[in-house]
Amino acid sequence: MNQTLSDILVMTKRNLTKYKRIPQLLVFSTIQPVMFLLLFTYVFGGAIKTGTTNYIFYLLPGILVQTVLFGAMQTGIGLVDDVSKGMIERFRSLPMARSAVLAGRTISDMIRNVFVIFLMVAVGYIIGFRIEHGWFNFMGAVLIMLAFGFAFSWVSATIGLAVKTPETAQVAGLIWVFPLAFGSSIFVPIESMSKGIRVFAEHNPITYVVDTVRGLLLGTPIGNNLWYSLIWITAIMIVFVPLAINRYRKIS
Amino acid sequence: MAPHPLIDYVNAARERGISSEEIVQSLVGAGWHTHDIMGIMLDHATKTQSEELGINHDLVGSENIITIRNASKSYGKDIKALDNVDLVVKRGSITALLGPNGAGKTTLIRLMTTLLVPDTGTVIVAGHDAGRDPKALRKSIGLAGQYAAVDESLTGRENLILVGRLYHMSAKAATDRAEELLVKFDLTDAADRLTKTYSGGMRRRLDLAASLVAKPIVLFLDEPTTGLDPRSRFMLWQTIRELVEQGTTVLLTTQYMEEADQLAHYIFVIDHGHIIAEGTGDELKRRVGGDILELRTLEHDSARHIAEVISKYGLDDPRIDEATGTVTMSVDGGASILVSVVRDLDAEGLNILDIILRRPSLDDVFMKLTGHGAIESEDNN
Repeated sequence: MNQTLSDILVMTKRNLTKYKRIPQLLVFSTIQPVMFLLLFTYVFGGAIKTGTTNYIFYLLPGILVQTVLFGAMQTGIGLVDDVSKGMIERFRSLPMARSAVLAGRTISDMIRNVFVIFLMVAVGYIIGFRIEHGWFNFMGAVLIMLAFGFAFSWVSATIGLAVKTPETAQVAGLIWVFPLAFGSSIFVPIESMSKGIRVFAEHNPITYVVDTVRGLLLGTPIGNNLWYSLIWITAIMIVFVPLAINRYRKIS
Repeated sequence: MAPHPLIDYVNAARERGISSEEIVQSLVGAGWHTHDIMGIMLDHATKTQSEELGINHDLVGSENIITIRNASKSYGKDIKALDNVDLVVKRGSITALLGPNGAGKTTLIRLMTTLLVPDTGTVIVAGHDAGRDPKALRKSIGLAGQYAAVDESLTGRENLILVGRLYHMSAKAATDRAEELLVKFDLTDAADRLTKTYSGGMRRRLDLAASLVAKPIVLFLDEPTTGLDPRSRFMLWQTIRELVEQGTTVLLTTQYMEEADQLAHYIFVIDHGHIIAEGTGDELKRRVGGDILELRTLEHDSARHIAEVISKYGLDDPRIDEATGTVTMSVDGGASILVSVVRDLDAEGLNILDIILRRPSLDDVFMKLTGHGAIESEDNN
């Protein structure tokens, strides 16, 4: 067990070194969400009725969750990259714990998310967002988002290990991420959606997480959203952790 | 073999009631490598000792370091990559798996390095059964795959330390070993540069260094010289020979007849998932018999006619390579045959570019055994 932990630690450090070497990678992964943030705040925001005084307060929690969700795609891309460069083959021939490659990857992606979330909040501050309900709530929101991102990293890992090239992993990732992101309460209140989409959005795990984060950051009622979020996160992990590990074992 | 002082130590410790696992741990603490200990145990261990260490006792003192029995592996329904392969590798040898692309060489390496599980059969490497105790097997081996597996966002040194840490060496031991290997492979100047700036040859060297981090008992090299220039290839051969002098067993795959011939003590010829021949380079060449008569035609169309004319002098039927317009045939009887052949061809009014008599090469062996050249089946891959 000690050796497994040490293997996971070594792999996590290895993955994070990349960001230390090329800090721009961290900045790049926030460019897209920042664009979404600006686009929705200054272009679409005026037309969206959210009930909050300022749309940026409604939007930022959603964008944070979206950033974490899109960031999860990197897990799959990173793994395919390792497969295509022969790194996985080397790792599999070493007496290391077999789970360490996947765990090291998902954990390092979670640590990256910490940086990305703080970067995004900083950008939010520039355009008017404020933390008004205490740091305790804020940290709670961060934890929920990290857990959510971690769970989706395993989905992404499963897909990444099933495809052959980083490019395919990117496309295969977008296919499920896009409908999930837009059919949720990230950008607009789901009450404004047409009926079919609304049913989907109401049960979308992203809606639960976004509403939980929104509740924590804006002081709106959280209701059962926290519990549903935790159930979803657990359910995703129960299904996809074994699936990903099984895929990893069968790489040939 | 003479008894080893380590065995006395182990026996004394066992008499004091210390378990084998604790003994190994304390030896590692005293600076021994697990692989050295396992290697010595493989030479000397008693039945109880080998059982406790998870070594198959039949192999203790045996000179066979790899044993494969009846191994088969299919991909999907139709593609039989390996069909009932038996193979034994002697300890301390350089053994080559020789065959064209798609013959099954890489599949065989993958079985021995636990990357693949065979459909049937057993694989035992350094005393460890690949099916029953893959992790112990992995501790005893090093693998350099077909593509140099180096992490581009790490430096050369960091790559080696990473591998060392994953073999569960201490941070200090991994760092020291990395330095040793950087010196050995002439990478000290580039040690602290990111490997994405490395040339192809440097990557290969670093990859090989990484496979040696844990001083493996058996080293697997999958097409180690593919894509290397002649000088780098020669240097790699030297390195492999040195490793073997120090007691490592090396198993490599190659498509190059010359490489197997020059480097390997023992050769397995593989084609379509079968081992079709084995032996030393000389033994394999002897199977062809006699010398090889080789004629190069002036016009490719005349090859068939020439073959007919010379066939009466051959030990077997002449073989025609349409692409190069070359006719080859095994002959007996030395240089006098040259005279007869030239006279007969002249009488028929057939012109040739070149005629030589030479010792058989492994190419001829392959031609003889499979009925096709080594290159021809490349498109099967």
